[in-house]
Amino acid sequence: MSTGWHRKDLLSLRELSVGELNQVLATAKVFKEILGRPIKKVPSLQGRTVVNLFVEPSTRTRISFELAAIRLSADVVSLDKDSSSLRKGETLFDTAKNLEALQAGIIVIRHRSAGAAHFLSTRLKASVINAGDGAHEHPTQGLLDTFTIVERLGKLEGVRVLIVGDIIHSRVARSNLWALTKLGAKVTLVGPPTLLPREFEDLGVKVSYNLDEELEQADVINLLRIQHERMVQARLPSVGEYAGLFGLNLDRFQRCKSGVLLMHPGPVHRGVEIASELADGPQSVILDQVTNGLAVRMAVLYLVSGGRGLGDS
Amino acid sequence: MGGQFMDGEAVRRAIRRIAHEISERHPKGEVALIGIQTRGVPLAQRLAKEFALIEPGQTLPVGSLDISFYRDDLAKNIPVPKGSEVLFDVKDKTVILVDDVLYTGRTIRAAMDALCDIGRPKVIQLAVLVDRGHRELPIRPDYVGKNLPTAPGAKVKVKLTEQDGEDGVAIEKEAA
Repeated sequence: MSTGWHRKDLLSLRELSVGELNQVLATAKVFKEILGRPIKKVPSLQGRTVVNLFVEPSTRTRISFELAAIRLSADVVSLDKDSSSLRKGETLFDTAKNLEALQAGIIVIRHRSAGAAHFLSTRLKASVINAGDGAHEHPTQGLLDTFTIVERLGKLEGVRVLIVGDIIHSRVARSNLWALTKLGAKVTLVGPPTLLPREFEDLGVKVSYNLDEELEQADVINLLRIQHERMVQARLPSVGEYAGLFGLNLDRFQRCKSGVLLMHPGPVHRGVEIASELADGPQSVILDQVTNGLAVRMAVLYLVSGGRGLGDS
Repeated sequence: MGGQFMDGEAVRRAIRRIAHEISERHPKGEVALIGIQTRGVPLAQRLAKEFALIEPGQTLPVGSLDISFYRDDLAKNIPVPKGSEVLFDVKDKTVILVDDVLYTGRTIRAAMDALCDIGRPKVIQLAVLVDRGHRELPIRPDYVGKNLPTAPGAKVKVKLTEQDGEDGVAIEKEAA
């Protein structure tokens, strides 16, 4: 069976069709099997160069992309803001053009500004993968969360997913929203009004300001990180008050369905978004998310490269 | 050039003959069959079935190999990979790779790479239904259903009941 993945880039999940989403998930499933073998490597991207351009700090996503590229036999270089000429005032475009001049075939970019990946994709011949742009999207996170739910529950159609927390600053929430709703899940966003604008209802999801009212219905609870670095003005009275109203503690967990999946994109603030016992408990799939992230990123690198390994052209 | 080259009966006879050759060379049945997706897989299953008729009581393990990630050619349409399914240990076994058509040999090279990443077989052999020539790599089959001289541009179309509803081999018109 062949379906049409013809995209040079992966910029957002908003623009992907149901067929394209399913193609990434199906490809990731095969890569996950390969990751379980003694030899966890395939030659798909032999001779190609992947550059991770992380202008905003990240450990998990960057290491995940690096390992994914290595598992596909690509050559990988990673750059962050402090070790590049961006520090000296070079523009993002010039940095990227230089990387392309060095024959980089795929550029993975994380940037604090929404639209940074799109900006590069329209100006470069290289493939561009968005690894998080401001509060816009984090497509591979949305894909790995979706993959994890399907892996555990066997489906998405009709699955009730709560996304809890700092929605307004969250590219993770946005990417999840697009993938989940397209694949038939029922999404409810929960958070304090200062972090959850009503406008989200326009995207066809439910908006709630009371976690306790939503708990019992949920098949999946995805707890987002409180993003101190993006809090331009004080939107929360205190972290303690947030934890009291929107943190998943043991009392709240008692009222959840017995098979509920607990997710968190990391880094976890234990005792704030989720109680330590729950983060380490049997319903937590937080570490599955990390493992699945590797498989999903291999799938994305493979697909944008056209599934070919003839070197950079 | 065009038209039917092998009818259903000819295909079935060829499979039966290959199964006999396998049993002659491996009388104790210490071999495993691994079909290369897509049409190598039903071929491998049929060879195992024929083998069991020739050597009653002997069941050859059958696996399937997905070589999507090992190809060295450009893919216009990227297939949705199915994944390999080899539920037995290939280590120290004689593994017979099975495919429908042998042409340049590039598929077989990819399949050998994919197989060696799963484990280290003692011996790898190759069984094909049709050898159409024009090799680009130093690869030769150990079991051949039929040799079919072709022009380089011609298309050889193998049909198998499991995939296509009927058995047969046809040569389609040369690509323009």
